[in-house]
Amino acid sequence: MAAIAVFLVVEAVPALQANKGSFFTTLTWEPNGTQSFGIAALAFGTLVSAVLALVMAVPVAVGVALFISHYAPRRMAGVLGYVIDLLAAVPSVVYGLWGIVFLVPFMQGPSEFLNTYLGFIPLFGGDVVAGRSMLTASVVLAVMILPIIAAISREVFLQVPRMHEEAALALGATRWEVIRTAVLPFGRPGVISASMLGLGRAMGETIAVALIFPATFGISLEILTPQGNSIAANIANGFGEATPIGRGALIASGLVLFIITLLVNTAARMIVARRKEFSGAAA
Amino acid sequence: MSQQIQVSGLDAYYGKHKAIEDISMTIDPQSITAFIGPSGCGKSTFLRTLNRMHEVIPGARVEGKVLLDGEDLYAADVEPVSVRRMIGMVFQRPNPFPTMSIYENVAAGLRLNGRYAKSEVDGIVEDSLKGSNLWNEVKDRLNKPGAGLSGGQQQRLCIARAIAVKPEVLLMDEPCSALDPISTLAIEDLMAELKSKFTIIIVTHNMQQAARVSDRTAFFNLAGQGQPGRVIEMDDTSRIFTNPAQKATEDYITGRFG
Repeated sequence: MAAIAVFLVVEAVPALQANKGSFFTTLTWEPNGTQSFGIAALAFGTLVSAVLALVMAVPVAVGVALFISHYAPRRMAGVLGYVIDLLAAVPSVVYGLWGIVFLVPFMQGPSEFLNTYLGFIPLFGGDVVAGRSMLTASVVLAVMILPIIAAISREVFLQVPRMHEEAALALGATRWEVIRTAVLPFGRPGVISASMLGLGRAMGETIAVALIFPATFGISLEILTPQGNSIAANIANGFGEATPIGRGALIASGLVLFIITLLVNTAARMIVARRKEFSGAAA
Repeated sequence: MSQQIQVSGLDAYYGKHKAIEDISMTIDPQSITAFIGPSGCGKSTFLRTLNRMHEVIPGARVEGKVLLDGEDLYAADVEPVSVRRMIGMVFQRPNPFPTMSIYENVAAGLRLNGRYAKSEVDGIVEDSLKGSNLWNEVKDRLNKPGAGLSGGQQQRLCIARAIAVKPEVLLMDEPCSALDPISTLAIEDLMAELKSKFTIIIVTHNMQQAARVSDRTAFFNLAGQGQPGRVIEMDDTSRIFTNPAQKATEDYITGRFG
């Protein structure tokens, strides 16, 4: 990992020195022409789309995992588990194609609905509503990371010791109460880890979002308007025709993505570790 | 508080396998009844039929009647959940919820039963921990994890958790088998105190324990491998251990088999 970091830094430095804008605040990306570029819009788009995807995917994934592990009849659970594992293995470009062909036209309607009726919330505001938006990209990402989060959560929920579930049952807990008192608390660190894995995948996702993002450079919370971009998508779109400075600039953006991912993972580990005493590892 | 249990003609199955057959007995309130017998003879299975915990195992089912204070626990309109709220259970291995503090463990049953004011919960937690002779040891660290206690303390925590919801009956499935002699003694003393409030039924492999704590003893045995377990003899504990009516009982308690 250190070698990768060193590679990124060495390749990025010449471009950063040639930058006429400010790397952290400039809202354009023209390393090939005016040699002025900044990471802010890309980092913003990466984080927002990934976090939105996570917000949409985690509740559904946990629900699916609980259904498979605790509600579904055994045979159905087996089939569903297999399907989820298969979905987790679908290449991301397939999700991207599905997104551009099916979801972009499909999202037009719901987007307009949200804009009309919930437009007073800045998130859903804006004048031009389009299918190719931050929201659509997030939905694709959510669909993409859902299976992996569900698959890991299911494994974790199945690991809950029988005796903890029986303890709850013997107190007179219903099935849902067993899940609340014994299964979810026990599975919490695992679900957090699974979510972080999903978040990492969403942030690093390249091709699916490159197909959907309109590749604009701006920072806006209006997730229904036709704008948005991410670090990985920008690298994929720009690398082919980049000048040496342009390449360096893209590598610098890769370095930023690398650092963001590292920070997110560290934060997740800290959340898990903070409750270590109560993790059940001792029992 | 405590009520009488009457069992008649009870069979329990795991899938097609009949684990216990034709068990009938009466268990008096405010007494301790011990179930003894060799491994695999259905003592624990029978215990778990009394609070409808047997049926949570896939394929397991029960036939027959269990009357608690005259009401059949297996009647069609009875919810297993409400049965388990009246009949508490303590397991072989201490199983406090690992993600909860000592306080939350004791309060866990209350949280399931509805809303209580904070002060009310505090009172019940304190009473339950006092009731299980654990209060003095944990009162300064109620917010520490329950899993951090010693095995014996964890088991008393589980007893506190069970009695916090004020059940009529307390079932104990080999509660001391994972504990050292000192902790075992603490639990036995506790049982003698709890007897005034609850009907207690204990499964034990330790015959001295049965002789020490119980008022009545039932001896379970099975005719052979694969056969269902039955109650061979049930009588006052003093009689079972001095002058049993059945030869098999005498052989078992004197250590000639089992």
